[in-house]
Amino acid sequence: MPRTRLYPLADLEDIPGTKVFTALRSREAYYLHKFCMSLMKAENREEFKADERAYLDKFKMTEEQKQAVLDRDLTKLIELGGNMYFLVKLASTDGLSALKAVSTTSGMGVEEYTQMMLEGGRSPHGIRSIRDKN
Amino acid sequence: MARISAGIATSHVPAIGAAFDLGKTEDPYWAPVFEGYEFVKEWIKDNTPDVVILVYNDHASSLMMDIVPTFAMGFADEFQSADEGWGRRPVPVVENHIELAAHIAEQLVIDEFDITLINEMDVDHGLTVPLSLVFGDVKEWPCKVIPFVVNVSQFPTPSGERCWKIGEAIRNAVKTFPEDLDVQVWGTGGMSHQLHGTRAGLINEEFDRRFIDLLAHEPEELKYITRLEYLRETGTEGIELIMWLIMRAALGYGVEEKKRFYRVPASNTAVGHVVYEAKS
Repeated sequence: MPRTRLYPLADLEDIPGTKVFTALRSREAYYLHKFCMSLMKAENREEFKADERAYLDKFKMTEEQKQAVLDRDLTKLIELGGNMYFLVKLASTDGLSALKAVSTTSGMGVEEYTQMMLEGGRSPHGIRSIRDKN
Repeated sequence: MARISAGIATSHVPAIGAAFDLGKTEDPYWAPVFEGYEFVKEWIKDNTPDVVILVYNDHASSLMMDIVPTFAMGFADEFQSADEGWGRRPVPVVENHIELAAHIAEQLVIDEFDITLINEMDVDHGLTVPLSLVFGDVKEWPCKVIPFVVNVSQFPTPSGERCWKIGEAIRNAVKTFPEDLDVQVWGTGGMSHQLHGTRAGLINEEFDRRFIDLLAHEPEELKYITRLEYLRETGTEGIELIMWLIMRAALGYGVEEKKRFYRVPASNTAVGHVVYEAKS
């Protein structure tokens, strides 16, 4: 007999404002991520910066993913399967800190976000579950 | 015989590594973080092990894309620091203890953990930031390091309970290694943090402090926290705390807590750190 799941898999989608990075999302973003990991070499970062569009066309990403990279729209990239550990390589290439990169997905300006962190971060109260509103 | 003498847990925030490398450890923002590691920097001088088994997760530096092993061990002779998009951290090469790693691999499989061995990889901030925090700015690391990599980023990740069990298996493996070695196990990552979306910046101080409270003497309480609960309570990246359970389980029943430290924030993250000496 298979073991019983401790919670329904669908509950991973029940966390407000959160895309849990699953194997399926990883598949969706595979070529996007391949692009991100290519930025771990200085010469590739230079080539990307010299002509972003041409560099992106070397990867089998969807047009939507390419446009979101050009727009530096990390929220969109996460909707399209992306994971921050990959995306942060793009931010690093732009000279942005992880804090700034993360803040752009939070719906807050970077200063407001930084201040929130200094004041102890975002409370989990009320944002644990969409269903339970707790 | 080899023995596990002590364990350390610490967050491994990349910005801590950057602050360290850029000489910003005394800046007002960073000084309170680095102060929390003054104890361990002194303590390690009298307690330098022969080998550290360093439990961490790869952040899309060597793994996560083409290969996603649930549990893996670095099996190269040495490991370079990874270029994560801004150049390699200027830290010493990490040298492995191949004989002990091979022995652990053998014993883990006997204990029903089918471990993946990695013959070539770079190691990222997850491994090098803890080394810098404990050993400071050194020309070479004063001990061998076995990188022990856990998938905590792509679901399905292992459960906390499974991490506990592999920690116990590591303990049994080390105890049966014939050479006389002083071994430490370090668990890294955490504490609460989430790196995307409208919950980005989530910090759950109550959860984190309870986790530290229970880890030394009542860790059984923590074993059965589900992956979903980590996500809900500590953010999508807070689940890294399951790697602390591997360290704790590897130390066996009794520990003496030498240090605990908790500080918010470092970048997006709550920093936690403990030092335990094994009693048995």
